[in-house]
Amino acid sequence: MLREISLHMLDLAQNSLSAGAANIAVFLWADRKADTLTLRIKDDGCGMDEEFLERVTDPFTTTRKTRKTGLGLPFVRLSAELSGGSFKIASKKGAGTEVTAVFGLSSIDRMPVGDLAESLVTLTSQCDAAGAELTFSLKADGKSFDYSTSEVRRVLGPDISLQDAGVLQCLKELIRKEILVLD
Amino acid sequence: MKSLEELKAIKEKMKSQVNIREGGDDKIRVVVGMATCGIAAGARPVLAAFLEEISKRNLKNVIVAQTGCIGVCRLEPIVEVTEKGKDKVTYVKVSPEMVPRIVAEHLVNRQVVSEYTIGAAE
Repeated sequence: MLREISLHMLDLAQNSLSAGAANIAVFLWADRKADTLTLRIKDDGCGMDEEFLERVTDPFTTTRKTRKTGLGLPFVRLSAELSGGSFKIASKKGAGTEVTAVFGLSSIDRMPVGDLAESLVTLTSQCDAAGAELTFSLKADGKSFDYSTSEVRRVLGPDISLQDAGVLQCLKELIRKEILVLD
Repeated sequence: MKSLEELKAIKEKMKSQVNIREGGDDKIRVVVGMATCGIAAGARPVLAAFLEEISKRNLKNVIVAQTGCIGVCRLEPIVEVTEKGKDKVTYVKVSPEMVPRIVAEHLVNRQVVSEYTIGAAE
């Protein structure tokens, strides 16, 4: 099991990278009125066909050839449903995938959001290595935080690697300063 | 993000170091397993500890990368260190507390921390 929503976010966005996505959009919305916390990851990767999609949250479904288990999606589905929420996945072969996990915001069984800044820099480095772009949008209590790797790259220029330890360290500090804290 | 100005400060800081980074055959690659198994076992804080330690020491010959499932999930978090002309070293069940020692002894002084390796664990 994963212990934070930010870890699920990291894990799911990695699925997108494995699917060869060039653009990954991550949304996290807290809605106090509806008492929900929604995590959505949308990518333009290779997608899945209907037959595979139907059994994708079965822990014994995987595209991996070395072993017969894949646990990322079953875990996030379980975490969402345990907190009184829901899970949805939509995908089209060749077009992309959209995963939505809704958590019960005030549920005692909802895992903490966790360290979003650390997940974001981890993903930034991975996206840089894979040549993909990540956008992240966080909304809570009428406030919002937006982050995008293309914006960071535009400011830093082509000479500076987003995989450099020093750059990632500074980036994390900046994100920490601005990001909304939900826990 | 609003703090674009501060991002520019990173740029200036990095520019002055660009020259040091280039050249040199002594590059060391640190690869952290970051699939579901690694993440569940705590690979993200381990990666963060490597980034912190490496930037603190300003090591320019070290590349930190991430990979998927290495195949021995029960020993995650797993970190592989590769150096040109040397055998790959695999550290297992790595915690953030172990990272400063791996950085100091292996990445800086080129001495493998044997007790943390897969050979010692198995």
